Amino acid sequence: MPALVARLNAAAQGTVLGVQTYVRLAWNALRFIFARPFYGGDLVQQMDAIGVQSLGIVLLTGFFTGMVLALQSSVQLRTFGATQYIGSLVSASMIRELGPVLAGLMVAGRVGSGVAAQIGSMKVTEQIDALNTLGTDPIKKLVTPRVLAALVVLPLLTVINDLVGILGGNLIAKVYVGLPSSFYWRTVWEQITAGGFSFGIIPNDFIQGLVKPFVFGGIIATTACHYGLATSGGTEGVGVATTRTVVASSIAILVVDYFLTQLLLAVLGGA
Amino acid sequence: MSTDETEARAAERRAVERGAERGAERAATAGQERRVRSAVRAELEADDDGEERPRAEEPGPAPGAVIELENVHLGFGDRVILDGVSFLAQRGETIAVVGESGTGKSTTLKLILRHLQPDAGRVYIDGQDICGLSFEEALEVRKRMGMVFQGAALFDSLTVYENVAYPLREHTSYDETEIERRVREKLAFVDLDPDVVMEQLPSALSGGMRKRVGVARAIANDPEIMLYDEPTSGLDPLTTGTITRLIMKLQRELGVTSVVVSHDIRSVFRMASYVAVLADRRIRFFGTPEEMASSDDRYIRDFLGGF
Repeated sequence: MPALVARLNAAAQGTVLGVQTYVRLAWNALRFIFARPFYGGDLVQQMDAIGVQSLGIVLLTGFFTGMVLALQSSVQLRTFGATQYIGSLVSASMIRELGPVLAGLMVAGRVGSGVAAQIGSMKVTEQIDALNTLGTDPIKKLVTPRVLAALVVLPLLTVINDLVGILGGNLIAKVYVGLPSSFYWRTVWEQITAGGFSFGIIPNDFIQGLVKPFVFGGIIATTACHYGLATSGGTEGVGVATTRTVVASSIAILVVDYFLTQLLLAVLGGA
Repeated sequence: MSTDETEARAAERRAVERGAERGAERAATAGQERRVRSAVRAELEADDDGEERPRAEEPGPAPGAVIELENVHLGFGDRVILDGVSFLAQRGETIAVVGESGTGKSTTLKLILRHLQPDAGRVYIDGQDICGLSFEEALEVRKRMGMVFQGAALFDSLTVYENVAYPLREHTSYDETEIERRVREKLAFVDLDPDVVMEQLPSALSGGMRKRVGVARAIANDPEIMLYDEPTSGLDPLTTGTITRLIMKLQRELGVTSVVVSHDIRSVFRMASYVAVLADRRIRFFGTPEEMASSDDRYIRDFLGGF
């Protein structure tokens, strides 16, 4: 029994220590956004790697998600004779939930794994030590540009995701249900304005839909860098870091999404 | 180097270590010093039950030392890596740290770079205690050091040119022409043709070439201190000779102070001013290669047995 207690104790200590290093890393990464030296070249490179190169999968997933949403809702709404509300349903789902979450999960899979593998390999081949030795703070050089790039790029990807999703819905509504495009877009706009406005001009749905990917971007980049920097044990360790990054950031996105939704609904009203 | 010269140097070392006056007295005490050292060694061997060991008489940095470890203790969890390690290197000297695998040789380098902090004891660089420094201050100290890693640790996303230019871009405000001039100069110093290798990625180079680029990057900023982690491991005998000559050339032409961690006794004997043998978490032996070769310590004899 004491052996079990000792093991539980060791596991708990390990977890607490892990959380502590993660929080410190995330804090430093954000703090260094405003510190010198600023690695602008790395930032642009990361925005390209995280944003531009993720565009394809985001376009694809967004479009098909919008189409399937329209298809499923047309079946449900037909029973009530309410197929004219397809536009409202697709836009509300895409902008508030599916756009941010799907973009987050896609980027976690594609970019999170890549970042963890790259930083992990740099760790096991002593390149991180080399940076340190050459007088460079690896957090400033590697982590901050990735975190900042993800914070900026993920909301942009989400907007694109939302847009092609609603377009996909438009296609299905027109082809399968026979709903005119002008009518579809009018219901989309009515749905967006129905949620109310913040500061008089920004629809609340947009705020919800943009705060989420901002947070998700931070989660993905910091998780990937955390596991990457914690890599040990050679190439096998790189694989472990990659897997952990994808699993941890995907779960974190879904869990944080719930609480964030509750918080935003309370703040923006509508709950 | 003759035996007299060797003894005189050893004596000088002791004298400086204690801050004693320089002069004729030093030569006179050379023979005595040798006897004292062997007595201490005998005592160390006899005393293996954890009693108080001889320690540095006066804590604080030794005058003239560029690198000094003072009674350093370090452990990870329950595992003790170093238990009271002291040695020092003076300007222009090459100290080779040898020992079996897992005796804390690479750890010693990490302490000098302050990638690790000792649990007890002090590490001085040019008389400055680096243990109390913040992360940013430690980065400043590291700018004066060059480190050659076991696997070269070149940034594999950057070309050879960008790798060597890295410390210059990071810490100087040289314009591109000056950076290129220096990169070419450093690559030529390590016997690489700049026009051939500059635009290549590290993955396209052989192990020996990568290591030479690693040396070029380490010396780009003209450091006062060079650290080498197993510089010749995994290299063929000819390349080993090239790298060993390169380290000697750096010492001779640039006057850098070096610490070399190595398994390779043959190259250690060629390049080291002093050899420190780490065994059983302590410095088992510290002396010139000649003294090591003529040591009557059983462990040292066994260690050299393969040679």
